[in-house]
Amino acid sequence: MRLLAFFKTLDRRFIFLFVGLAVIFPFLLDLDLPEYPTVMVKAIYNTVEGLQPGSLVLMPFDYDPSTAPELDPMAAAVVRHCLSRDLRVCFMALWPEGQGMVSNLISGTVQPEFPDKVYGRDYVNLGYKAGGQGLINAVLLNMRSMFTTDAAGVPVDSLPIMIGVTNLKDFKFIMNFSAGRPGSKEWIQFAGDPGRIPVASGSTAVQAPLLYPYYPSQMVGLMGGLKGAAEYEAALLAGYPRFKDSRRVATELMVPQAMAHFVIMLFIVLGNIIYFAERRAGKR
Amino acid sequence: MRRTVPLMITFIVGLTLILAVFIPPEPFDTMNREFSVYFDIIAVFAFVLGGGNLLRLHGDRVYRRGKDWKFSIVTLAGFAVTLVVGLGKIGGPPGVRGDLMAPGTWFRFVFNAVLTPLSATMFALLAFYVASASFRAFRAKTPEATILLVSGFIILLGRTFLGGILTGWLPDSLSFLTIPNLADWIMAWPNTAGQRAIVIGIALGVTATSLRLILGIERGYLGSD
Repeated sequence: MRLLAFFKTLDRRFIFLFVGLAVIFPFLLDLDLPEYPTVMVKAIYNTVEGLQPGSLVLMPFDYDPSTAPELDPMAAAVVRHCLSRDLRVCFMALWPEGQGMVSNLISGTVQPEFPDKVYGRDYVNLGYKAGGQGLINAVLLNMRSMFTTDAAGVPVDSLPIMIGVTNLKDFKFIMNFSAGRPGSKEWIQFAGDPGRIPVASGSTAVQAPLLYPYYPSQMVGLMGGLKGAAEYEAALLAGYPRFKDSRRVATELMVPQAMAHFVIMLFIVLGNIIYFAERRAGKR
Repeated sequence: MRRTVPLMITFIVGLTLILAVFIPPEPFDTMNREFSVYFDIIAVFAFVLGGGNLLRLHGDRVYRRGKDWKFSIVTLAGFAVTLVVGLGKIGGPPGVRGDLMAPGTWFRFVFNAVLTPLSATMFALLAFYVASASFRAFRAKTPEATILLVSGFIILLGRTFLGGILTGWLPDSLSFLTIPNLADWIMAWPNTAGQRAIVIGIALGVTATSLRLILGIERGYLGSD
């Protein structure tokens, strides 16, 4: 009973300490666990595989640095895949911070790993625009009315990648990375459905359950959280062994996340043992 | 008159926007395009409004030495610094349209060295509070709470390698009972059914509220006087 009393009045700083250790410790072990792509993640991979080289892919980055650990790895994996397939990628953002996330991805992944790809011809950063779903509706009908320049102020008419692009229907695929609203739901409702454009979502684990109703008829696939990103990295590595030396951040982070989950589960079990022991003692 | 004119504006604009979306031929198609652009132009002004509101709220708190006024100084200083380095494009290419995030810009430094770690830290703290709250509150007190607890447990396990290890020994004929498969089933069926019901409910609610506004039944937005 003394042990029970100890756990019942357990200082929450002990819990914090355990969670902290559970996250830090796996980094020291450098474990690499196998991941297998699930149907929803494989569907995104297959969609990218099915696009003709030269096809335009729109990638709205609708997230901010707080969710970057989950969404940056999946964005990097999909961008690697698209550029390897010689697809042309247009980045944009409905979140103000999204433009910064795109810039970091371009300087951290695209430029070092794809030096042969040319800005303005193979990829472009159209930057942030306000308006949320209103903006999606506007660019579905007329892209040029909202995007006259790219993020650096260069007129889009001077960029080869934008030649022939009049509205969203010129894109063969929309791969949205989303941490909330406006995000994947808005892209499905205001672009994918009315424009009949395939939309897929890479979203935070918290948001992923909200998007399940849209799969598979309105959304071609879904990557949920770090696990979704790790699964995409696994699919990419299986299809493109040249990326075996590229850093697979999501796969690396899955171990600390799994350990944190494990600690949380232990505390839930412990909490319930205390609850039932108390209830039993009360009945006596 | 003070009530009739806003009600008329709401009715006409609401009806026109609905017609513009649902009727494809001209002039409705052009109207749909133009209205979308108007909306986006108006949305930009929300930033000015938001910035002004932030200055007023925190400026007032500092002036009156209100609760936590020292934090308001930090907020105002952060706002001012970001605004100056962003609008001034300090360290970046010249010109009003220069890229804010170009290599070497001060704004890029603020974004990567201040905003990113601060945001990540705030979000990461959730893990600690979730663990603490789960320990204290996630109890099998009722049948409903037990179902939630078991579902949550399966999802947590199924999203990690532990789920596969714990039930990987099951024969192929019972593979549907492996924890990752059970987690997928919970997400694909009970979760989807619940989410779909919520989405349909929200859509019906939005439609009803919109109709009440357009028809002038709902007048709360006009204020009390």
